Amino acid sequence: MKTSDARKLVHGHQVHRDVYTSHEVYVAEMRGVFTNAWIFVGHDSQTPNKGDYITTQIGDQPVIQVRHSDGEIYVLYNRCPHKGTKIAIDRQGNTGKFFRCPYHAWSFKTNGCLLAIPLKKGYTDTGLDQTESAKGLKPVGDVRVYGGFVFARLSETGISFEEFFGDSLSTIDNMLDRSPEGRLEIAGPPLRYMHNCNWKMLVENQTDTCHPMVAHESSAGTAIDIYKQMGEPQPRPPAMQIIAPFMSSYDFFEGMGIRTWPNGHGHTGVNMSIHSDYDAIPGYFEALSAVHGEEKAKAVLDENRHNTVYFPNIMVKGPLQQLRNFIPLGPDKTLVESYVYRLVGAPDRLVEMSAMYNRMINAPTSIVGHDDMEMYERAQEGLMANGLEWVNIQRLYEEGEDFSKEAVENGTTERQMRNQFDAWVKFMDWNGTAAGASE
Amino acid sequence: MTITRDDIIDFVYAEARILDEGRYDEWLALWLEDGHYWMPLDYKQTDPVGETSLLWEDNFMLRLRVERLNGERTFSQKPKSRCHHVIQRPFVDEFDAEAGRFVTNTSMHYVETRLDEQQLLALTAMHELKLVDGALRIANKKVELLNSDAAFRSIQLLP
Ligand code: FES
Ligand SMILES: [Fe+2]
Repeated sequence: MKTSDARKLVHGHQVHRDVYTSHEVYVAEMRGVFTNAWIFVGHDSQTPNKGDYITTQIGDQPVIQVRHSDGEIYVLYNRCPHKGTKIAIDRQGNTGKFFRCPYHAWSFKTNGCLLAIPLKKGYTDTGLDQTESAKGLKPVGDVRVYGGFVFARLSETGISFEEFFGDSLSTIDNMLDRSPEGRLEIAGPPLRYMHNCNWKMLVENQTDTCHPMVAHESSAGTAIDIYKQMGEPQPRPPAMQIIAPFMSSYDFFEGMGIRTWPNGHGHTGVNMSIHSDYDAIPGYFEALSAVHGEEKAKAVLDENRHNTVYFPNIMVKGPLQQLRNFIPLGPDKTLVESYVYRLVGAPDRLVEMSAMYNRMINAPTSIVGHDDMEMYERAQEGLMANGLEWVNIQRLYEEGEDFSKEAVENGTTERQMRNQFDAWVKFMDWNGTAAGASE
Repeated sequence: MTITRDDIIDFVYAEARILDEGRYDEWLALWLEDGHYWMPLDYKQTDPVGETSLLWEDNFMLRLRVERLNGERTFSQKPKSRCHHVIQRPFVDEFDAEAGRFVTNTSMHYVETRLDEQQLLALTAMHELKLVDGALRIANKKVELLNSDAAFRSIQLLP
């Protein structure tokens, strides 16, 4: 499939089922969207020291995030320039001053440059220095670290970081403001959960506010029933703070509001959210006020953005310092990695709350996660049915919607899903010359 | 009542059978109110709350888990999952008859199945048991999955 064919699959209010099921579309979006957009790689606190690295994927591309000797973070393709061997296999580690390929021992500086080849004289007069192999490990097109979050664009040319994210970075800013020191740190490894469905279903679900009270009745509804049977004891059990708000009414979700930004980004919870009613954590407001002053501290904490989608494939939950990475492994396979971060300088209770939310909602052992996964996988199977070709995302649709502008709407709109597909088409066929576009 | 090592070992076997037979209300009744069921995420994790665990559930959460299994609108349990434990003879690591406190360490293979899928987990379960009013109860349980860092599909029942 040509990446330019993408626009035939998106009709504004509906998208063709092939975007979720077709292998050709998957290949095209790896070459289009995941090459031209800015993609989350990791957090700088995962590689704090020189030589520290993590291995991950940008779309289907294996990459290494590494801290070089100059303190900068590099993102390199995890591929030996000799015969292709993956350089690093561990999910994380420290490589010292250089990477050494385990196959024939070519070695590379931590910025990728070729350092040495054993028996180098065997290459004398062979013209090795004229080849791409002589340049070492290939870096990705561009890298930006924003508030500790590492993003990369595979394509060497294209949209700038600032233009791509625009005002959507306010969600990350708010998360940083919640730390008395303005910094986040990774808190343990991510939960990893394997889904047999298309990655976009998970991303779309992050702003789908018409499903919680239906799909999560079994977990959130049951929690409320048990709490009532217990005579509504105080303080509320953690499950009541975290799981029960999923049963909030349609009215509540309508009032929450959804904001969309250009390039496919957007968030639920403009006015308040299911995170607004957590018990206060002793000492936290005081710690934050000491830095920001009371007024700003209050404003920072009053921002209760629920789910912020950064197109194409992450969700950030500001009030809980979480990030979910939806890594596509095929048209019908997605690895979900759910991270929690510590607010540096804040009471431990905060990271405990984040960790609690993560295991109660996002774990493969979590009943809430079971509710969602069941729906995605039923959709993946249901979409194989012939006779109906289109997936409907028409809720509160307006003809000629302009996604180049920020908009705030009724919290049950599917506008953010349409916004994502608008960006999907745009980055599939960036300037009509998507890098490496394949058929 | 005097507790023997065999009583402790039998208890662990009986618990596995109760789970395999889906007698979850009986299983809940084995627990002391303030116990926690812990499944670490990281190999040799020491802090259950300061970073994410797979499970760190109190009585409310365990009850929620169990009552949800019987719910009318529990779509991920239509059809229901089934599980199967194969356990090795538990080691009794601590045996304090005077305090009525006992700790066991048990290797298990846990199988969970639903529709055409079957998932096998190898694990070590650690039980802290207490003797209360003449009966053994679970004070705490910790399950360490051999591959806790792997990307799992849903684990819906209880190893
Ligand atoms: S493949 Fe890496 S050195 Fe030969
Ligand atoms: Fe959900």
